[in-house]
Amino acid sequence: MPVRIQENDFDISAEITALRKGDPRVGAVVTFLGAVRDMNDGSKVKGMTLEHYPGMTEKALEDIISQAKTRWDIYHALVIHRVGPLLPEDQIVFVAVTSAHRGEAFAACEFMMDYLKTAAPFWKKEDTPEGARWVDSRVTDDAAMARWLKKS
Amino acid sequence: MKLELRFFASLREALGVSEESVTLPVAVKTIADLRAHLIERGQPWSEVLATGKVLRCALNHQMVDASTLLEDGAEVAFFPPVTGG
Repeated sequence: MPVRIQENDFDISAEITALRKGDPRVGAVVTFLGAVRDMNDGSKVKGMTLEHYPGMTEKALEDIISQAKTRWDIYHALVIHRVGPLLPEDQIVFVAVTSAHRGEAFAACEFMMDYLKTAAPFWKKEDTPEGARWVDSRVTDDAAMARWLKKS
Repeated sequence: MKLELRFFASLREALGVSEESVTLPVAVKTIADLRAHLIERGQPWSEVLATGKVLRCALNHQMVDASTLLEDGAEVAFFPPVTGG
């Protein structure tokens, strides 16, 4: 399964092993791991809850993978995103891409994360000392995505 | 036309609704028309969906813009800009 939405934690070493197992064409694996920080917009973050849109989320992530496979010469791609309650230091998101050489995998992995940040229906609600608050989207995320649109 | 509406995150909380079935007047043809139609309900809709608010919309699980035509039986979702990753 190239796309997984789950409450449970994941083991990135096991995921990387499984992703390239049995495929000796793979010469490069590039991964991104996102984690919960204890600080955001000047407030201490005690924890957060991630909400998503079941049904659309899976389609959006599958679309991200298929676009990456169209644009770059990659073999396998995996996206894992956690939902539900999370604490600082917890793993949130994992993207892994395999290819023959590193260049294609680096580009595809960065594209997938930038795309996910603007197009996959997840929302974070932070628990801070001032109370719970929904995280605002960042202009920098839109700018990161826009770079890929210009290049195509 | 009948639609299944879905609301997420801060919109869901502010409206106090996560899903709803609606039957629309024939004049409501696009996403923008639907938003205007819901605003006419008054508070809290008029404030939460107000024209100045930056919202995202999906039609049958695909992100769409305001000019997109609605389809009978479709699932239409309104939500704030996404913040995953």
